[in-house]
Amino acid sequence: MSSIDRIDKIIDKYECETGVLIQLLLDIQKELNWIPPEAIMRINKRLKIPVSEIYRVASFYTALSLKPRGRHVVRVCAGTACYVRGGPRILDSVERTLGVRAGETTTDGKFTIETVNCLGCCALGPVVEIDGQYFGKQTTTTVGKLLASYT
Amino acid sequence: MLATPNQGVKNLRLESSADLEKLRKDILAKKNPKKPAIAMCISTGCEALGVKDVIKAFKEELKKHGLENEVEIKETGCIGFCEKGPRVVVYPEEIYYFRVKATDVPEIVSKTLLKKEIVERLLYTDPVSGETARNLAEIPFYKYQNRILMDNNSRVDPKSLEDYIALNGYSALAKVLSSMAPEQVLDEIRKANLRGRGGGGFPTFRKWESTRKAPGEPKYVIVNCDEGDPGAFMNRALMEGNPHSILEGLIIGAYAIGSHEGFVYVRQEYPLAVENMQAAIDSATAHGLLGNNILGSGFDFKVKIHRGAGAFVSGESSALMTAIEGKVGEPRPKYVHTSEKGVWDKPSALNNVETWANVPLIINNGADWFTSIGTAGSKGTKIFALAGKVNNTGLVEVPMGMTLRDIIFKIGGGIRNGKKFKAVQTGGPSGGVIPEQYLDSPVDFDELAKLGSIMGSGGMIVMDEDTCMVDVARYFVNFLCDESCGKCVPCREGLKQARKILDGIVTGNGKEGDIEKLQEIGETTAAAALCALGQTSANPMLTTLRYFRDEYEAHIKEKRCPAMVCKSLISYYIDPTKCRACTLCSRNCPVGAVNGELNKIHLIDQSKCIKCGSCFDVCPPKFRAVTKISGEPVPPPIPEEQRWIKKTGGN
Ligand SMILES: Cc1cc2nc3c(=O)[nH]c(=O)nc-3n(C[C@H](O)[C@H](O)[C@H](O)COP(=O)(O)O)c2cc1C
Ligand code: FES
Repeated sequence: MSSIDRIDKIIDKYECETGVLIQLLLDIQKELNWIPPEAIMRINKRLKIPVSEIYRVASFYTALSLKPRGRHVVRVCAGTACYVRGGPRILDSVERTLGVRAGETTTDGKFTIETVNCLGCCALGPVVEIDGQYFGKQTTTTVGKLLASYT
Repeated sequence: MLATPNQGVKNLRLESSADLEKLRKDILAKKNPKKPAIAMCISTGCEALGVKDVIKAFKEELKKHGLENEVEIKETGCIGFCEKGPRVVVYPEEIYYFRVKATDVPEIVSKTLLKKEIVERLLYTDPVSGETARNLAEIPFYKYQNRILMDNNSRVDPKSLEDYIALNGYSALAKVLSSMAPEQVLDEIRKANLRGRGGGGFPTFRKWESTRKAPGEPKYVIVNCDEGDPGAFMNRALMEGNPHSILEGLIIGAYAIGSHEGFVYVRQEYPLAVENMQAAIDSATAHGLLGNNILGSGFDFKVKIHRGAGAFVSGESSALMTAIEGKVGEPRPKYVHTSEKGVWDKPSALNNVETWANVPLIINNGADWFTSIGTAGSKGTKIFALAGKVNNTGLVEVPMGMTLRDIIFKIGGGIRNGKKFKAVQTGGPSGGVIPEQYLDSPVDFDELAKLGSIMGSGGMIVMDEDTCMVDVARYFVNFLCDESCGKCVPCREGLKQARKILDGIVTGNGKEGDIEKLQEIGETTAAAALCALGQTSANPMLTTLRYFRDEYEAHIKEKRCPAMVCKSLISYYIDPTKCRACTLCSRNCPVGAVNGELNKIHLIDQSKCIKCGSCFDVCPPKFRAVTKISGEPVPPPIPEEQRWIKKTGGN
């Protein structure tokens, strides 16, 4: 299925409702891993929402990405509980291992690093989430091994 | 699948309260309390610790023994002791095992299930007395709790309406719909003196009443599960573990307010909470507990889930309502309250997850029961997310008014690794830090406010002597600066300036007068910001200044970080008298800054060192040769010829 078809299918679900923009964008983000420009144009055309408004929403929320992301999204928790237990050092270590900073994607398109405010596993900090799977009690050593296990 | 009381299998609808009671009886009659069962937590915490593998192992092992039909495998919610997960309970004996791995499963099956023997090593062992505990009541972490909201999380499969009904679920709703007028419901909530659990502690009854009285239709009721406070996860546990309890509260509230449409706002970072709440809505609808003519009462109510897309400010009431409209979730000035003009400018009542979950309990047990728990001004219990440098991390539900000391030391088991307590942070980015001298303060809405902090939604982050208070303040200011929507100047610019000054202080560029400037910015932002994000943004800064001014001064005047945290102000140094040249640190240094080899005392090349701390982490505790230095120069390296160690057997 082309990405336009996939986008259309998601829009179909919301066609007759109001106030759906954020939900719609979240679904597209989940399906395509980012919000490509054609999705914005498509929503504009079909739901008659101004492009400026779609961009504004898409750029406001951290869960929505206007840049393509890597095959694996590594999210390092920057929440308070993880912070006091050494979260920043885990982030340093991930950035050093992958050679890019938070918010960036490796040149081979394999990994994107993101930080997140809290993953809700605060008792297990520092926490890292990769592709929706959670890994608690990370150390600079374990996180290195963890990253190496992804192909 | 649920069998229906009257009609065939297809129609699940309950037409009256009597139908519900009959269904409850049928469910209970079908349940065999003696049937062995294995219950495991499948919430996010235990999942992160690998509970999925444990479940798989149980399924295989039971099959191997031909027990798959004799023993039920039950997936339940979080009971809070995430630190010790994955957690497994064996019924009917109700034996609690902690930190269970897939490899432990065969032993649990062969011993506990087949021979009724206990696997001692998987029981909770008290670190002080060395005694083991078979059930929760014997574990200090639970002994001092009063878990009126959380308790059922270990008993219900969150996806099973049947389980919830078996535990008296929806009986409060049935009572309200069949025998109480909306005003009576309001009155019960007023008498219970229920106050909002989302941060402000606003009386719930007042909010409901003004929404009820406000002109305009339709009216909306909303659950706030944005849980933006980083370090807090009470709402996640409740919504993942017992979604029907929240839904039941919401329907009762809607009835009292006269609303027929509700929203559950959940942050998208909680996919399992979204999934379980959606399943709860679907099954409640199928059973006629949601939708038209609920339980034959003539009352209609429907609910929709709205996912948040990752913005702290969208948890604020007016911002959240804008987000529900599909727009950018920014706050607006509130001279007109959201109870009058909320979602699409219609009267709207927003409450926190935990607030809603209290409602069925109050209806069932009465306001008198509820007010018998807690302090004069704060009734009931509160769930806290105890995290940070404390031994037992997890969710704790305690009566309002318990002291911080009891929560942190009796329940939390004190500070990790024998370190010294320094402060506890409550209320998240809108709250403040509370130092040791106030540990005996009772935790309720008003007492915490007196100390310059707030109760907040229940985040409680414990900090030890290794936590730098200036760094903590900088952390929160940085967080709020990123999350400020930028709509009002005091918050947008004030936070930015405060961050600049704090960045200067932690990097050794602090100047005389910085402290006063921070104070002034904080006070101005608090007075002039548009929404509570800005108005409370100064709390982390002002409380650290109030209680830990000396740490600020050490950073500014001596360029020293007393807690040895701020990277720019510390150096790593290997003490040549302690180094045994084991090469661990040199092998682990990511930038090759450690010079040394076997039998040759190691040195750190300060020009190469990136202060990642790897050497400090790996240096064996028996040597403790790698140290941190702050506020003084690093001693010069020892002469080359003195670096060789002659090993004389043993260390
Ligand atoms: C910046 C900001 C973020 C907030 N985030 C949340 C949140 O995540 N969850 C919540 O229940 N309340 C949050 N609140 C408080 C809400 O505005 C509101 O007071 C609360 O949901 C009302 O529910 P309650 O009366 O049951 O406490 C936040 C407030 C502010 C100013
Ligand atoms: S603070 Fe990291 S998971 Fe909550």
